[in-house]
Amino acid sequence: MRTKALTRLLFSIAIITWLALVFTDLSILFSVRNGLKPEIASWLPRVILNAYIIILFYFYKFKIERDESLNFIDLLWRVFATGLISTVLSLILRLIETLLGGSKLASNFLYLEFTYLINLGLMVSVLLCAFMAWKRLILYQKSKWLIRLWTFFEWGMAISLLFNSLNHVFVQQYFQYVLGLFVLVGLVLSGNMKWVAYLNFRQKWTGLLLLLLTIFYLFYIFLTAGSLLPETVNPENQIINHSVHVFILSLMIFVSLYSIFSFLVVLFNLPTTSVFEQKLEEVVNFQRISQSIQTEQNEESVYNILLETSVSTVFADAAWLELTERKEGHRIYTYAIKEKEARDIIAHLEKQQVRGLLEQNQDKTRNLSKHLGALKGARFRSILAYPIYVKGENIGTLALLKELPEGFNKEMNKIVSTFANQAGISIENFRLMEEALQNERYKEELKIAKTVQKSLLPQVLEKDEHFEMVAFSESADEVGGDYYDTLRINEHQTALIIADVSGKGTTAAFHMSQMKGIFHSLAQGCNDPQDFMFRANQALIHCLERGSFISATFFVVDTREKKVRYARAGHCPVLFYTSSRDTAEYFKDKGVALGMVRNKSYKEFIQQNEFSFANNDILVLYTDGITEAKNSKNEQFGNERLLDVLCEVKTLSPKQIQEHLINRLYEFSGTSNIDDDYTTMIIKFNDRT
Amino acid sequence: MIHIKRLQEDGTDVVALVGEIDASSSIDLDLAIAKSVGENFTKILIDCSALEYISSAGLGVFMSYIEEFKEKNISMVLFGMNEKVSNTFEILGLNELLLIASDKAEAKKMLA
Repeated sequence: MRTKALTRLLFSIAIITWLALVFTDLSILFSVRNGLKPEIASWLPRVILNAYIIILFYFYKFKIERDESLNFIDLLWRVFATGLISTVLSLILRLIETLLGGSKLASNFLYLEFTYLINLGLMVSVLLCAFMAWKRLILYQKSKWLIRLWTFFEWGMAISLLFNSLNHVFVQQYFQYVLGLFVLVGLVLSGNMKWVAYLNFRQKWTGLLLLLLTIFYLFYIFLTAGSLLPETVNPENQIINHSVHVFILSLMIFVSLYSIFSFLVVLFNLPTTSVFEQKLEEVVNFQRISQSIQTEQNEESVYNILLETSVSTVFADAAWLELTERKEGHRIYTYAIKEKEARDIIAHLEKQQVRGLLEQNQDKTRNLSKHLGALKGARFRSILAYPIYVKGENIGTLALLKELPEGFNKEMNKIVSTFANQAGISIENFRLMEEALQNERYKEELKIAKTVQKSLLPQVLEKDEHFEMVAFSESADEVGGDYYDTLRINEHQTALIIADVSGKGTTAAFHMSQMKGIFHSLAQGCNDPQDFMFRANQALIHCLERGSFISATFFVVDTREKKVRYARAGHCPVLFYTSSRDTAEYFKDKGVALGMVRNKSYKEFIQQNEFSFANNDILVLYTDGITEAKNSKNEQFGNERLLDVLCEVKTLSPKQIQEHLINRLYEFSGTSNIDDDYTTMIIKFNDRT
Repeated sequence: MIHIKRLQEDGTDVVALVGEIDASSSIDLDLAIAKSVGENFTKILIDCSALEYISSAGLGVFMSYIEEFKEKNISMVLFGMNEKVSNTFEILGLNELLLIASDKAEAKKMLA
């Protein structure tokens, strides 16, 4: 809004300045004619004219140069419109003159001077308008050098204005040199026609028309202005004479030159427009392919876009995209051709033993046209085939078809091979993204499995006055398969279990939950560990897949008999500290893991064992995550070390023993981030009664 | 990482395991045994003398073939395990289900 007000203000000032020019000029002329000494200095009209030029210059600067919304055709239109208005006004003046005919007024010198001034004002206006428009056109895609040259041109012209105002004689002396310099610079500047290339076919025609009309106006205006220069006065005494005004003259020459150049360049660019447009379309298509991976939902869309764009850029009649996928065999996407027809052509080419269309290790694009001639009933006479690569692996072939023989040239060949490359990249990116998504989903699943697994472990362990029990379990980043649980069978019997499910991840969590179900249902009324294992195995062989197994040890602690009965099914040996003898030992017994023997003979592979306990005896249960934890020297924590650690703290409470053990484990491995699941359960008997 | 070398000695397929078998390399072990079975060998020797470690997934591979071997009358003997590895087999009770020999000569005897 501010610029709008400013342009209006400038326009009004320009008109006022022009009126001032008319007044001063005519009054001086009148005085001179009547032999009077003019009261106004003779240089004043020149200064006012230059002020008028400067004001108009700024008016157009705001109106044209600063208006970003104008495109090339709009600029030409502005120049044309300004030219039209001034021409019409000038014609009206002519008409009035003709109507007046030979009347007295028509030959009055004041009247002649007045019309001259009107024409001059209009001419300056058109020239400045065109100057600004051409400036924008020339400075489109500017370089540093170009900007410098332009600045020199503009400032040079401004300085010439100044001299014109101050010293008439000086300017007259060097008139030709200064003019010559400006014309030269203007010529160099006129060589900048980059904008022409960005016009499309229709715009070029419009541009041509506008430029042609503008050139006509310019010539008309120059002619009128020239012919109107009152001859009644000796040019030497002429107060205002544009033909010796360096600025106006340079402007005239520059504007006309550029108009004519532009016209010619646009004209000669017409035939090549389609090529440029095609190139532009290629770029756009290119972008479409690369953007498609961000917007499209699947690979299929990428393939379809590839087909469409390659067909449209080389003006093919049909195309297909053949993809080799390990599982699904050959898949074909087609464009303007039936799949059967495509397969017929492929089969024909295969029969002709043409390699390249199906041969996956073909790495060059090939023109296979000569082989099509022999195929009867085919409408296509030209074919080009391109391999598509993803991660260096050929995933398929793009084939383009034309009904014309020899329909493809080298140029097209290059373009589409670039397309095929781009499509390969797009597909690769697409697949990477899919993979990342898949990974993300997998991680999410693991998170859920981990929560499930955590929830399977008991929050509270069974309590008894005859023993104290603690448990600790930690799993690696992935979901682990360690499980422990307790269950009170009756007043004096408690069942314990520790188990390790083979494998990791969601499957392990599933098997663990099965194990929990089995434990809670079978342990209810069971005080025979061997039987428990047998039944558990029977139940599990229907759930565990081949190669999966569960190692477990099941205990029944009988506080009345002060005995523990247990069965070990492939789990780590039980560590027991006997307080009365002050020794710790691993029980050596036999037992095959659950799920390894898939029939009823399993009973033979499982032992029932028993031991008595007394006050301060300690039972240590653990999983292989503890004994197999490694240090930096790749040594295992091992059973020996576990036994020693227990002996160090045998007098402490189970909680303290556990803490000590875990600390020792972390010390040994040098990190608290052990890459395995590790679980321990410590039971200390305190049978004082 | 595991390297598996297969060598045929008078009708016996000798599969040598070199390195460690964990969850990921157990797939290679599975493939090697499956190949041996696919080539209709009825006598398979597993050379564990260079086997440094085996995880439960690796043991699962051996375990998973027990029934198939029984059906197809294939005999497989493992030999040359170091203490650590043989301990792993024993804890799980696999020594009760698989034929395990201390050296190659003994293993060959067990095959016959």
